Amino acid sequence: MIAFLRLLSRNRLALAGGIVMLCVVLLALIAPLLPLADPDVTNTAHRFKTPFTEGALLGTDHLGRDLLARLLWGTRLSLMVGFAAAMIAATIGAAIGIIAGYFGGRTDNLIMRGVDMLMAFPYILLALAIVAALGPGLFNALIAVATVNIPFFARNIRGVTVGIAHREFVDAARLSGMSDARIILTEILPNVVPVIVIAMSTTIGWMILETAGLSFLGLGSQPPQADLGSMLGEARSALITNPYTSVVPGVMILIIVMAINLLGDGVRDALDPRLKSGALSRPMAATLVNRTGPVPEPKGNGLLEVQDLETQFHVKNRVYKAIDGVSLHVKPGECLGIIGESGSGKSVTALSVMGLVASPPGVITGGAVRYDGTDLIGAPYKHLREMRGKNVAYIFQDPLATLHPLYKVGDQLIEAIRSHYSISSAEGRKKAIDLLRAVRIPNPEKRISDYPHEMSGGMRQRVGIAMALANDPDIIIADEPTTALDVTVQAQILALLDDLRKTRGLAIVFITHDFGVVAQLCDRVAVMYAGRIVEEGPTKAILDAPMHPYTARLMACVPELGEGKRRLEAIPGLPPVVDNLPTGCAFAERCHKSQTACRGSDIALVFDTGRAVRCLFPDNPNAEAAQ
Amino acid sequence: MAGYILKRLLSAIPVLFGITVIVFLIMALIPGDPATAILGAYATPENVAKLNRDLGLDKPLAQQYFIWLGNILIGDFGTSFALNRPVLDEVLERFNATLILAGTAFVLCSIFGIVAGVVSAANQYGLGDKAITFVVLLGISIPSFFLGMMMILFFAVNLRMFPVSGMWPIYGARDLSALISHLTLPALALAVVATGVIARLTRSAMLEVLRQDYIRTARAKGVPERGVIWRHALKAAMVAIIPVLGIQAGFVLSGAVYIEIVFQWPGVGRMLVDAILKRDILLVQGGVVFVAACYVIFNIAVDVAQSMLDPRIKT
Ligand code: SF4
Repeated sequence: MIAFLRLLSRNRLALAGGIVMLCVVLLALIAPLLPLADPDVTNTAHRFKTPFTEGALLGTDHLGRDLLARLLWGTRLSLMVGFAAAMIAATIGAAIGIIAGYFGGRTDNLIMRGVDMLMAFPYILLALAIVAALGPGLFNALIAVATVNIPFFARNIRGVTVGIAHREFVDAARLSGMSDARIILTEILPNVVPVIVIAMSTTIGWMILETAGLSFLGLGSQPPQADLGSMLGEARSALITNPYTSVVPGVMILIIVMAINLLGDGVRDALDPRLKSGALSRPMAATLVNRTGPVPEPKGNGLLEVQDLETQFHVKNRVYKAIDGVSLHVKPGECLGIIGESGSGKSVTALSVMGLVASPPGVITGGAVRYDGTDLIGAPYKHLREMRGKNVAYIFQDPLATLHPLYKVGDQLIEAIRSHYSISSAEGRKKAIDLLRAVRIPNPEKRISDYPHEMSGGMRQRVGIAMALANDPDIIIADEPTTALDVTVQAQILALLDDLRKTRGLAIVFITHDFGVVAQLCDRVAVMYAGRIVEEGPTKAILDAPMHPYTARLMACVPELGEGKRRLEAIPGLPPVVDNLPTGCAFAERCHKSQTACRGSDIALVFDTGRAVRCLFPDNPNAEAAQ
Repeated sequence: MAGYILKRLLSAIPVLFGITVIVFLIMALIPGDPATAILGAYATPENVAKLNRDLGLDKPLAQQYFIWLGNILIGDFGTSFALNRPVLDEVLERFNATLILAGTAFVLCSIFGIVAGVVSAANQYGLGDKAITFVVLLGISIPSFFLGMMMILFFAVNLRMFPVSGMWPIYGARDLSALISHLTLPALALAVVATGVIARLTRSAMLEVLRQDYIRTARAKGVPERGVIWRHALKAAMVAIIPVLGIQAGFVLSGAVYIEIVFQWPGVGRMLVDAILKRDILLVQGGVVFVAACYVIFNIAVDVAQSMLDPRIKT
């Protein structure tokens, strides 16, 4: 509760709303104690006094009644009625919802049918029908407004109750012989109260508006008693001659409803954990770049060259160094593997190349990515956009999530081409069919009008590959493209990629956690751990004799292609959290060879005869080869 | 698709049936003798008895209901006492005016709301986003009847840009330009609240969608940001937006009651309020059933639109 209030008060708008609301409620509460004129005493000699005149701060209305007094008394009435309506709707609605959700089956069905019927009405029709039956009057308006809001509560609460009704603690209570009524009161109710509070905080503003509306129509409070709505309704006839009589109650309603809405939003945000972490930020078109250090000079290594790249995630006050000084390069026609556990930074490395790391929270803080010599980090968005897909293309994991669910695959292929070249639809269609054929999708003329959900996982990934090939890129970055697929399909996709590389001279950067895949496809491999490269070299050399203890572990775990899932448990311990790396070797915690020196200071990546390793006590490749 | 539409239409029958039951039951709540309630306290006993017979009120409740339902099904909603004219004729004429007003407002709030929400999401935390968020907050907090009154005061009385009220000029031609000038203010006033709600929802739906993997795919293949936002993200967000459009249509229809009063628009909402104040029960009953039925049909159209957008929905 205290945490909740603290969260709420951190939301400045909600705080403002809360303070305003508090003032309004206080004023309404103490209205009887204030030295106000009697709100109902008419004095036709003093009609339509303008505001700020002697003895009438807000002026008088068409019957000479003091507007300030009427305003405060009217506010009191409006708040009371709105709050009462909310309470009634919440209580009855929650009761109905809990009963439907708890008992389920027939009861649930019957009740929810009825609720659906009520929701089929535009709300005011129902309210009008009820007022028509009961006759105009404030109390009847209250009943009408409460009634039309019951279905909303019933439905919300039912949903939550259904989720709770089958949890262990409820089952346990049932087994222990508690009565249904007691279970509902002691086990269910405490758990749905927050939902009721959220629902109330988001609807009470509405209810005040709705009752004010009915009064405005003359169906609510009857003269001389007046709530804000009927004040406005009565003032309407003098709108043109004496507008302030309308403005005064109207602005009051606006203030109340706005304050409640702000407060309600704050309550919802504070209780909704998804918004708490700030997860609902949209990624921008390209990753933010904020390089403080100098840009490394080009070395002329290969077609794509990543130099000392640093990408971080800035979440609130914490900084996660997702990758910290990664250097890689790949030549035309070459396949480079990047391997590591999840969280090692391999995907972030891949996405940083074309500025696709979600930002916020991602920020590229240092290094360079050179395509054919020119730096892409910090290149204008326009330039980056033009290169995406045309020079460097991506294949992602899980094509069900990475293909747009509402467009036909053919249209998505054509769009990939059209983003870079203007071609006619007939041409686009022809090219799309050719592409599907190139990735060996049978019957491409028909498949082109499939939606992604109509295809199998393997076929979808072939579409993903076809999309990457659409503009004949020089480099394909494949981010775990086979992880979601079963073993046979995996092998087919790998064979296809290998083929394409050979026939088209593609450079491939292949991200994986699976040494079996690396062995099959890659010329060179880089092993990543905690955001850094710990070993790099020709695939064969590393497979024959890993030098870094981590590499050895990784290999020992996955002898077979496609059984990557079990590997995680096979290495004792977990990778370190990258916002709090230990000094010295990041792997020390889990390394069987670690010594005091390993935890001392930063360990450099040492190059030697085409290989590199970041370890103080590497295994000697020659010694192992000799064994 | 035709099969799906038919299926949805058939599924609406029990809902329509339920609506008539609810309306009938509410009317049966009228305390005391309905005929007296309808005719007023000074009615002669003969008149009361005659009305009771006319309404079939001397029969048991269930039987009354089926007589009433049967009459409705052949288009007989009874006769309005206050207007002395068949209820259906009056409702149809008034509904026409409401449809023009609410329909225009609905189109306006859908367009403005979606555009504002998309712009807001695309510039999250930017100046445009903050400005839109503030205006939206104001929009969903202001009572539409108060807004309408202020618009009359400012645009009609002070600036004389539009007529103060009504649907047609008292003198002069009833042509399209006359209609538009009379329609502008009430349609805008009516659209404001729904615009705010739709904009809010669009913003959060867009933010949700923009984090999806397929958006990253679109960016990775080089789709310009405009296309990413308006084609990829908005289309996916529409799946969440369309049902809310259906709900908002109900709110627009509801809000029309206030706006019709404020602008003296000869619509069905004003008719209902008048009928309630005059205790013209049959007119209320007929009007409510008719409008609710139209709303149910409209929501079927919304469902069909949804199924056309999203191929994953089984039709
Ligand atoms: S530096 Fe030390 S702790 Fe780190 S991997 Fe090498 S031996 Fe193990």
